Amino acid sequence: MNKPINQKAWLLVVPVFICVAFSAILPLMTVVNYSVQDIISPTQHVFVGTEWFRAIMNDGDLRGALGRQIIFSACVLLFEIPLGVGLALAMPASGWRASAALVVLAMPLLIPWNVVGTIWQIFGRPDIGLLGYVLNVSGIEYNYTASPTAAWVTVLVMDIWHWTPLVALLCYAGLRAIPDAFYQAAEIDGASRFAVFRYIELPKMRGVLMIAVLLRFMDSFMIYTEPFVLTGGGPGDSTTFLSQYLTQKAVGQFDLGPAAAFSLIYFLIILLLCFILYNWMERVGKGGPATTGTAATTGDDHAQ
Amino acid sequence: MARIEFQNLAHAYGVKPGVKPGAHHGPAPASLEDYALQPMSMVWEDGGAYALLGPSGCGKSTLLNIVSGLVTPSEGKVLFDGRDVTAMSPRERNIAQVFQFPVIYDTMSVFDNLAFPLRNRKIAAAEVRKRVHEVAEILDMTRELPRKASNLSADAKQKISLGRGLVRKDVAAILFDEPLTVIDPHMKWILRRQLKKIHQQLKLTLIYVTHDQVEALTFADEVVVMTNGRVVQKGGPEALFLRPDHSFVGYFIGSPGMNLCPVDLDADGVKVGSQRLQLDANTLATLKHANGTLTLGIRPEFVRLADSGEAGAVKAQLLRTQQLGNYQLVTAQCDGNVFKAKVDPHVQLNEGSLWLRLAAPETVFFANDERIAR
Repeated sequence: MNKPINQKAWLLVVPVFICVAFSAILPLMTVVNYSVQDIISPTQHVFVGTEWFRAIMNDGDLRGALGRQIIFSACVLLFEIPLGVGLALAMPASGWRASAALVVLAMPLLIPWNVVGTIWQIFGRPDIGLLGYVLNVSGIEYNYTASPTAAWVTVLVMDIWHWTPLVALLCYAGLRAIPDAFYQAAEIDGASRFAVFRYIELPKMRGVLMIAVLLRFMDSFMIYTEPFVLTGGGPGDSTTFLSQYLTQKAVGQFDLGPAAAFSLIYFLIILLLCFILYNWMERVGKGGPATTGTAATTGDDHAQ
Repeated sequence: MARIEFQNLAHAYGVKPGVKPGAHHGPAPASLEDYALQPMSMVWEDGGAYALLGPSGCGKSTLLNIVSGLVTPSEGKVLFDGRDVTAMSPRERNIAQVFQFPVIYDTMSVFDNLAFPLRNRKIAAAEVRKRVHEVAEILDMTRELPRKASNLSADAKQKISLGRGLVRKDVAAILFDEPLTVIDPHMKWILRRQLKKIHQQLKLTLIYVTHDQVEALTFADEVVVMTNGRVVQKGGPEALFLRPDHSFVGYFIGSPGMNLCPVDLDADGVKVGSQRLQLDANTLATLKHANGTLTLGIRPEFVRLADSGEAGAVKAQLLRTQQLGNYQLVTAQCDGNVFKAKVDPHVQLNEGSLWLRLAAPETVFFANDERIAR
């Protein structure tokens, strides 16, 4: 292959490069800059190297927030993905019922984050909130401002209520894209309802499920507004997640150095986990689960 | 394997099965045109290869889906070996179907794909392995067995779809819904031959839906030609070619199709436009008994060129000739009717008029589009 050499072609990339520089690279570099300096006043700053990074790593509060955050995101994925898939499967395929279901389902998605927080704050209050009142009257002690467990569960349920519809909508779109012939073939092959789900619907939803998992993971990992409005991170620090902790540091205490160092770590964590999730799902879809693997080998043995 | 029989079968979409037309569930078909499949009765013999042939929207897929059980007919019965299966699901009917686009289970290997219908029926693993290898042998796919089905080519996937039908020993029939649409021409030919071989080997009842006449005629023992929801003829290639029951069959089969032209009958004989044809007395007598609009049909293969002024030949204006190497296709106009003729490629034709002999032993006549038996 003889490729013509044309260095002027680089000029074509310049506009994009400038845009990306201003939108992503420069802000990121500012953060990098902050993370290696101690800013004493706007005119006074000292280069401190990796000190902030070391300090952040050894910060007990931060480790706590990170732990809570990972558990929270895991719970979100664990509940919202199966629930969303289930909802999508249960939704009618066509007719006015389908439209009605879509509208109802999309409703929570239209509500702004801080309003969601406020809704649940009132909804869950033991004195005037419907949920809180009913729970307490029926003998379940529930007070999200006093009990860490109650606060935790409320935040989780709120997120499930708010975002499961997104997963359901994505899965619904994936399901509708499956041609009828697949269902007909499965019917003719005598497949059970579960087999249809396992071997047709799930594999065909792989693409949208991947998007759903990544979106929900990233969003939940950066959750800020709802718990901030609902519990303010309390009681104690039981619902203080990473971004709230970060905000306290950067804005509340104006510790720009540690906050910047932590922002970078935060960014890398999300990048790393997304990379792992993506590759895992890619492999599950393409390589198939263990059952296929073993069956394939049996096939191979007898083919010899 | 099964003998398939239709008794007064008909289907109109939107009408619930078992509900008498006119009852208040859905619109009742007011006229024959409202049926997706007009009332008909037919028998398909056990072990036969049948093709459903017709243009898009002629009802052939509806008929196929009625056989498979995906559609329940609004009227009439479907019998498999004398057993009424009209109300049964595809699974209970024990049929197999190959669809237009290959349907495979993406996450499974070829082996698992082929084993799937057997495993669903809880057949012992040893038996499953045996059957799958037998079928892979027939389909020439033994080497592909451990591979992932999703990475194969379209024709291999279509073979897997077929294989999932073949693994079950007890299938009543295998249905094909335009299975070669997405296969490239060369592979089409190979697959069709393989299918033919499998049919001879296993003596299966095969039903094949297509809009390609070559596919239908080469594949099937008998071709069922359909148009506008109606079965117009069931027969072998020769019958469809020489004795089309309906003018549509004449027009649809053959390339180019039959020349069709309205004719007038008077006391002395038959006229095309203003010119008289010479017919034998028997034919003339039969024609006189027929009711309705008369149409003459003659295949381009049987139209002969005649000398000018020859008795019984008609005069026509040459429109164009197309050289095709082994023959030349002559298009001529005779009193407003266009005729095509396949003529010896060496004959030199000049602009202007030529004479055609339209009355041949192979000439057929239709009354109201139905062939008049001679």
